[in-house]
Amino acid sequence: MKVRVSVQLKPGILDPQGKAVEQGLHGFGFAVDHVRIGRLIEMDVPGTDPAEVKAKTLAMCDKLLVNPVMEKASIEVL
Amino acid sequence: MRVAVPVFPGSNCDHDALHACGTVMGWDTIPVWHQETRLPENTELVFVPGGFSYGDYLRCGAIAALAPIMADIKRHADNGGLVLGVCNGFQILCEAQLLPGALLRNESLRFIHADVHLRVERADLPFTRAMKAGAVFQVPIAHAEGNFTLDPADLADLEARGGVAFRYCSPRGEIGEDHVPNGAMNGIAGIVNVRGNVLGMMPHPERAVDPKLGPMGGLGMFKSLAEAFARA
Repeated sequence: MKVRVSVQLKPGILDPQGKAVEQGLHGFGFAVDHVRIGRLIEMDVPGTDPAEVKAKTLAMCDKLLVNPVMEKASIEVL
Repeated sequence: MRVAVPVFPGSNCDHDALHACGTVMGWDTIPVWHQETRLPENTELVFVPGGFSYGDYLRCGAIAALAPIMADIKRHADNGGLVLGVCNGFQILCEAQLLPGALLRNESLRFIHADVHLRVERADLPFTRAMKAGAVFQVPIAHAEGNFTLDPADLADLEARGGVAFRYCSPRGEIGEDHVPNGAMNGIAGIVNVRGNVLGMMPHPERAVDPKLGPMGGLGMFKSLAEAFARA
């Protein structure tokens, strides 16, 4: 099944990239706020049971995909 | 004294480490490819070098932390063996959970190379025993992700247990935001684990030990290690 893992910096963790992009957008006249930059990981995970696929993906997040000191993830099974 | 320098694809300070430990200090220094599963017999110090292991893919140090040699480095650390991680080596030790915290992008978003001053916060470690608490030494930094971060409760624990080995400071040893090049919390430049045998730092002491290459601010750490091993 196709899985999408969205990795975001935790709230409270400074995101200098997001800040720089926000300032860039301000430069173009877009009055945006709280820009945060994250990472999107897509993959095919074997299995047909969404719950099982989600559990496998969670294990991958714990092992490698997410650093819990600074990041959090949300998982979407498509 | 035997030193192992693990080499990952993308390591680029491994030769600096080999030069400092091997040529300058005269220690038996052995490069170890990341695919190896055992450190050389009787390894006393593992020097995890700087660079861009695995191209900094995913997160700095994240992939290197899973390399085959890391299991034996963890075993070495668990047995009380010394581990020093510099720059990307520090990032790898954090990702491998040998040290707490994470190194985020510098606050300025820029790669910074500069000579900085560090204040010795712990002078009782094998890495610092020839130095004095509160002493200031000058070493270079060269990194884009050196902004040390930890959640507030863990940061308080780290400070309370004396886990901070080095802090960025002015040439006269003053602490303050103005002297922190990268935004690191509490001006933290280097930390040590509870047992005191695993130390990670962003600055490069191994680049400041050879008179042919400039200032010698890093020598205190290498003299400390020499003392520690003479005693062992």
